[in-house]
Amino acid sequence: MVQVGPVLVDGIIYSAWLFIAAVGLTLVYGVMKILNVTHGSFYALGAYAGASLTGVWLARGLPPMLSYAVLLGGALLVTLVFAPVIERGLLRFMYAKDEVVILLVTYALFLILEDTIKLIWGVNPYFVAEPYALLGSFEVGGLRYPTYNLILVGLALALAAGLAWTLRATRSGKLLAAVIHDPEMSRALGVNVDRFYLVTFSLGCFLAALGGSFTSPTVSVVPGLGVDVIVLSFAVVVIGGLGSLPGAALGAVIVGLVRSASVHYMPQVELFVIYFVMAMVLAFRPRGLFSLAEPRRI
Amino acid sequence: MTRDRTPLLLAAILAAVVAGGLALPQWALFILTVACAQGLVVLGLMLLLRAGLVSFGQALYYCIGAYTAGGLARAFKIGDIFVQMFAGSALAALVALVLGFLLARYRGIFFGLLSLALSMILYGLIVKSEALGSTDGFNLLPSTLFGVRPSAAWVRYAVAVAAACVALGAAFLIHRFLNTPLGRLGPAIKDNEIRVEYMGASVRYAIHVNYVIAAALAGAGGALAASTVGHIDPEMAYWTTSGEFVFIAILAGTGSVIAPFLGALIFGAIHTIAYDVSPNTWQLSMGAALLLAIVFLPEGLWSLFVRRKAA
Repeated sequence: MVQVGPVLVDGIIYSAWLFIAAVGLTLVYGVMKILNVTHGSFYALGAYAGASLTGVWLARGLPPMLSYAVLLGGALLVTLVFAPVIERGLLRFMYAKDEVVILLVTYALFLILEDTIKLIWGVNPYFVAEPYALLGSFEVGGLRYPTYNLILVGLALALAAGLAWTLRATRSGKLLAAVIHDPEMSRALGVNVDRFYLVTFSLGCFLAALGGSFTSPTVSVVPGLGVDVIVLSFAVVVIGGLGSLPGAALGAVIVGLVRSASVHYMPQVELFVIYFVMAMVLAFRPRGLFSLAEPRRI
Repeated sequence: MTRDRTPLLLAAILAAVVAGGLALPQWALFILTVACAQGLVVLGLMLLLRAGLVSFGQALYYCIGAYTAGGLARAFKIGDIFVQMFAGSALAALVALVLGFLLARYRGIFFGLLSLALSMILYGLIVKSEALGSTDGFNLLPSTLFGVRPSAAWVRYAVAVAAACVALGAAFLIHRFLNTPLGRLGPAIKDNEIRVEYMGASVRYAIHVNYVIAAALAGAGGALAASTVGHIDPEMAYWTTSGEFVFIAILAGTGSVIAPFLGALIFGAIHTIAYDVSPNTWQLSMGAALLLAIVFLPEGLWSLFVRRKAA
């Protein structure tokens, strides 16, 4: 019998990763009512940018400790190149359309970005593990874990705290709440709604890219990397409640622990349980665990 | 009121496939058969789309159909394509009948997400199932028709004709269904659900029926695809497969029962040409095509024909 300790540690690490990868999706949905399939593309873009840039960085003999900043920079770079173009150039003309139609638009963009990635980086795998191995390892219950995983957990906590603070305590956060509640009225009162949409979309994509770039040292970066992340992120944010920040955190913890437990105790149901939990939550609480009653607008 | 030309058109298409198929090369017959299989699935999606529902999990039934065909071939040595399609369709319909009680309560994005979750559950199960070949899937022998195994030179033609018969037959039945009171409820539900209820019709029942029919069609399409391609794997239940079906459905439009097959054929053509011209950027071409369709043809390709008729 496997001990509970490793299950918990794995679960927490996996939860942290899931939260980083998925939180942007819930942010974009919460503000713009867009279920953004390109989220997975940005994850992949971030992973490629992270892996290739740190590869170059280390090959030049630059200080390895700063490679974490390079990972961050890579995510920022791909976001700035792609996200504003997508939002300003295409998505903003679609806001009047149905939620499902916008979903399909982002699906089309996802197909386009899949190949754009191949055009930029080719089809060969990238593998840069140095940032992963750099920090050594720590021990829990007789099992060794790379310390890098602690960075993931720290990053997830920092993101959660940062987002919660921005949304609850800053002027922009409060304006954003107004935009979410009633975009037209906010516009009438002089809020620059377009800019909020642009920033929110870019921020959501940046979070996805960040998830990708900080995952890149732990995996080999290959085409099709983002495809799995899309459904996994969907599962996480749906469980917690689409558009809810605490919901995304709860969803990540639930999926993380469930998967970790199944990997340790019943590996054959690993994938099954995640989507089973998602289906169960949808069946009993269609709007997710953290949802509020939605007021009906006439 | 013009006369209903759809049955005539369907018969003409069938005649064209039977006669023209003799002249077509093997690869074209293959594309035609796959288009029939996908068209069947999309025909079902069209029913749901008419009611304003987008299922991102139609691959669930497609996969059930395919694995039913594969299971029959492997366990009972039943290679008859009609038996396989019927069994695949029946099993898919049965599963949909059960799941429909749950799904018929959902609308909009939640309908899509729940159907997505359900198809991913099947994916997760098959991937980890050694007996079903895990991620590799397994191969199927070429199909027989009514117990006769056509010679290698003729099998593609025979299967293509059989596929066209089933596909166009299904299209005809759906066409009839759309003109029944129950079939006509679809667009009304999309328009205003509450009014439909006020008229005394049950929205949930109508959606449930549409959902089961859609699943039956997807099951038949899956079985056909399995025996045509000769290989099945869990990717058939993955969300990208569902995405392709939605893609074709949007491309085709909901204007006619012929549209899904036209859409599937064009999808196959774009796919083949794009892959031939540049193997690494075919998805880019597909994505661009989908975007263009959404922006310039929101009612799908079929709207082109309708407009021309009106002018």
